[in-house]
Amino acid sequence: MKPAPFEHHAPLSVEEAVAVLNEVGHDGKVLAGGQSLIPILNMRLASPAHLVDINRVAGLDAVEVTPGAVRVGALVRHAGLERSEEAYAALPLLRQALVNVAHPAIRNRGTTVGSIAHADAAGEMPAILALTEGVVEAAGPSGPREIPWRDFFLGALETSLEAEELAVAVRFRRFATGTGTAFVEAARRHGDYAMAGVGVAVTVTDGVVSGARASFVSVTDVPSVLDLGPALVGVEPGGDAWAAAVDAAAEAVHEHVDPEGDIHATAEYRRMLVTELTRRVLPRAVHESEHSTGESPTPSSSAQFPTHESEHSTDSGVQS
Amino acid sequence: MTTQMFGAPIRRKEDPRLVTGGGRYLDDLGHDALAAAFVRSPHAHARIVDIDASDAIDVEGVVGIYVHEDLPGRVGEPLPLLIPHPTLTHGRTGYALARDEVNHVGEPVAMVVATDRYVAEDACQRIRVTYEQLPVVVGIESARDGERLVHDDVPGNVAAHMLQEVGDVDAALATAPHTLALELDIERSACMPMEGKGVYARWDRERGELRMYSSTQTSTGVRAAVAAKLDLPLAKVECIAPDVGGGFGVKIMHPWPEEVLVPWAARLLDQPVKWAEDRREHFIGSAHERGQLQQVTVGFDDEGRVLGLDVKFWHDNGAYTPYGIIVPIITSTQLLGPYKPGAYRCEFWSLYTNTVLVTPYRGAGRPQGCFAMERTMDAIADALGLDRAEVRSRNFILPSEMPYDHGLLFQDGRPLRYDSGDFPASLAKLKQLVGWDDFADYRRSAEAEGRKVGLGIGCYVEGTGVGPYEGGHIQVETSGRVNVSTGLTSQGQGHETVFAQIVAEELGVRLEDVHVTTGDTRKMPYAVGTFASRAAVMSGSAIAIATRKVREKALRIAADALEVSPDDLEIVEGTVRVKGAPATSMSLGTVSVLSNPLRYAFDEAARAATQFAGTFDPDKPPVAEGEEPGLEGKGFYSPTQATFANGMHAAIVETDPVTAEIKILRYCVIHDCGTMINPMIVEGQVHGGVAQGVGGALYERMAYDESGQLLNASFMDFLMPYASEVPTVEADHLETPSPLNPLGIKGAGEAGCIPVSAVIASAIEDAEGFPIARMPISPNDLWELRRRHAAGEVPSLHRQANTARSSSSSSSSSSSSTSPKEPTS
Repeated sequence: MKPAPFEHHAPLSVEEAVAVLNEVGHDGKVLAGGQSLIPILNMRLASPAHLVDINRVAGLDAVEVTPGAVRVGALVRHAGLERSEEAYAALPLLRQALVNVAHPAIRNRGTTVGSIAHADAAGEMPAILALTEGVVEAAGPSGPREIPWRDFFLGALETSLEAEELAVAVRFRRFATGTGTAFVEAARRHGDYAMAGVGVAVTVTDGVVSGARASFVSVTDVPSVLDLGPALVGVEPGGDAWAAAVDAAAEAVHEHVDPEGDIHATAEYRRMLVTELTRRVLPRAVHESEHSTGESPTPSSSAQFPTHESEHSTDSGVQS
Repeated sequence: MTTQMFGAPIRRKEDPRLVTGGGRYLDDLGHDALAAAFVRSPHAHARIVDIDASDAIDVEGVVGIYVHEDLPGRVGEPLPLLIPHPTLTHGRTGYALARDEVNHVGEPVAMVVATDRYVAEDACQRIRVTYEQLPVVVGIESARDGERLVHDDVPGNVAAHMLQEVGDVDAALATAPHTLALELDIERSACMPMEGKGVYARWDRERGELRMYSSTQTSTGVRAAVAAKLDLPLAKVECIAPDVGGGFGVKIMHPWPEEVLVPWAARLLDQPVKWAEDRREHFIGSAHERGQLQQVTVGFDDEGRVLGLDVKFWHDNGAYTPYGIIVPIITSTQLLGPYKPGAYRCEFWSLYTNTVLVTPYRGAGRPQGCFAMERTMDAIADALGLDRAEVRSRNFILPSEMPYDHGLLFQDGRPLRYDSGDFPASLAKLKQLVGWDDFADYRRSAEAEGRKVGLGIGCYVEGTGVGPYEGGHIQVETSGRVNVSTGLTSQGQGHETVFAQIVAEELGVRLEDVHVTTGDTRKMPYAVGTFASRAAVMSGSAIAIATRKVREKALRIAADALEVSPDDLEIVEGTVRVKGAPATSMSLGTVSVLSNPLRYAFDEAARAATQFAGTFDPDKPPVAEGEEPGLEGKGFYSPTQATFANGMHAAIVETDPVTAEIKILRYCVIHDCGTMINPMIVEGQVHGGVAQGVGGALYERMAYDESGQLLNASFMDFLMPYASEVPTVEADHLETPSPLNPLGIKGAGEAGCIPVSAVIASAIEDAEGFPIARMPISPNDLWELRRRHAAGEVPSLHRQANTARSSSSSSSSSSSSTSPKEPTS
């Protein structure tokens, strides 16, 4: 279990990193936390000729909270984001999900952006990027570009990031006031890849659900978001229609997901599991909505996000 | 007063060193050594057509590449069959490097020696082996039907067929008032020590001597095997087991191919060579255990007493049988546990499959046997509507019946004769600890909250401390330092502590003055190894015998010097003194000086032992007739039979009504290993054993596909339980001393893991109301069983009807005022 020979590059800036990536093309791999890459190299499942180690690149290690989003640099470790009180206050979903990412030792080293760029649908953070309608910020030879999550994830372990591009940050969008979130997953052992997981965001306005969405771990081939609005919007949490609405939402999840079986659980079991987890997670999200601290002053009637304009205006005010 | 050492929960002497990075494991040695790496078969069954190393030999740093035809003489012959048995009629072993054919994924085909492991693996990748694939046998059913063969010359894939019978089983079953039949299934798991195997060898060309280090459970065994393979005089081979990061059985197997090849290469190249196994190699290149299919037929009376027990099982021994059929023999004998079976017949077939070979893993066949017996006990209880503990109790061998001879031959070829044990007392303690009689109330209150809970139980007897022998050597230096050596090895059991406790107690010295060495053939060439929960019993007893000899000699010398009778002397904290007159004394160090008459005074203490010191009787020789110089002694312990420890476990589990996830709420253990040398270490052994048992019950399996590929050969997919999956173990002890050895002790190493699958199956069955016949069980498995149960494909327990009756009657009679014992986690 020793990797094949490779050339190690240690750029100090994003520009330098991009230049190296541009030079080595598909023979290169970006090394950040290494929690997925290094085992793959050691087992010789991949043998890139060049490793572009970005750990010395300046300016990638910040967590920035803006009125519209939580921006996470490419060198922010899961543990750093998990422990950020500011990020938690702005977007509790991040910590709710991050505590499920493997084990503390792995979270100390592994990066959130790295796990998103790895694009494993069994990973928690790609699902969270999706649920928050997040964006990947990439740097390439022709300058920066922003890739909305829907355009980012192409398939299992496959993204729209070009070989010469570096993901420098992701932005998780914050939810509207009145939105509660919750995340739950079931794994064989604590910290394992989940057999199934589900994150939900439920917006409650004037005592009734005004918006609800879910995204999933390990039961879809790429991260996906399901609008639970048809089942839940207009329903009063805990009211007479609530139980049936939750069942309807769970049923919608049952229809939406497309799990694959493996040695740990069959597709059928996973489908049952994510359906049940949906039932269990929705009340938690509703509970959270009661003390939500979203930032948007005027949430739109049926969505959970501030308007695009407001996100852009706040973001542009902070990023430089 | 001297502090009581024996029986005290003393903290482990070795831990400060080990937990502060002071351990020296195999891969900490030999940084200047060349590294070996292996090309291993990617196929489960194939003929080797061609091996082309031409691309590899040019890799910079490669020193040598070897295949079978490069191996001279005995190095190229099949590896030894370590434990022959008359019923092992078709024993087969592999080669150090495969010759012509490979029989499992992971079998070594070529060895590369290079300047470092990276280069060696680069070269391995460039070696092209052409295989012609052969039909693959995976799984016991496939092996049993015998359509495809692992070895062409082994019909039906049967390595061994063995039958033992006591009494007339057919007659007992024919006349029994009730009979039941069970079909049971236990899957494979493996030891998975934290440190894999490893070998480091240095050749001294001038002296023609080999020194090798191996991460082994038997340095004497490896030494003898390597000397034989390399055609070296035993005196020219030293084998040392450095700190070993766990064994659990896999390292008692020897010689592994690498243990032969690495020393051979070191001699050939006249350079040190090292190989440290990586995890993937360990999964596919070491050993597994457990896999069995079982059929039990039991006849019993109205009281639940067993009248006849007929067991057939099929044991998956993997591709080869170098360790013989020890595992199935243990299953077939230890299955009986604490019970009198009436007439008993056990027949097994040990079958070849194209998978990693099977050798003992902690428990060594006992978990499977315990599973068969305990599932049977639960089935009897259910059939008769009796309490499960009560049925067990009615079948117990009673203390008054000890020693109890089952009339069978055990794994050491000696009678299966229990020396002692108090099973009724153990059961009473267990019921108390787990709150057995309060559980019905607890279940009712849980059910009222929509929760499903179940209570399970399992009992076992474990033959420990098998022979043939172990030895101990004790030497007291003139400083008072006591050196202790025993030949068996340590893999983390705490031998430095417990053996020191024995010596401190027996000799009357301070614990910190005792220094224990294990597993070094330079210090103690006569030894067998660490397995079968035998170290404390065997080496502990040998060390006690040796220490008593040293004590006797010390008293004799001191009595002479102090001019008193030896009977009037005692040794307290390293000082020999007159009882009642402690001022008349001398230190053991001084006794050591006197024991060794000297010509040269190298220090103050030594002066007293030199020829002009003026204290000697001129008419006697300096060393008296029959004496040897030095305050030292050697002792060996060789028992006539094993000593039998026992234990009983109970668990409360909760199963999720929807997702079928399984949680252990409580886990209780009553453990009896005779007199305990160190209760803290015993408890640690029990905790570790239970943890491994939980792995075997709920998490671990070897997922082979039909082509013989191991799909989960990493810790990502082979699910060893983490601390978060292992319940708090509530343990209590009973101490029924063994009459067989000087210390009254029995082994404890394997105990914890033996009944866990049986206990958890019992508890899940109790929670679910239908039989559990296959372990391990995952949430997915349980969910599937529920669906089959709902569809009528899996029968309900009989107790469903009984429970309904009893609960309706009890609800009218009592108002459940007893508070349920709450789980403690």
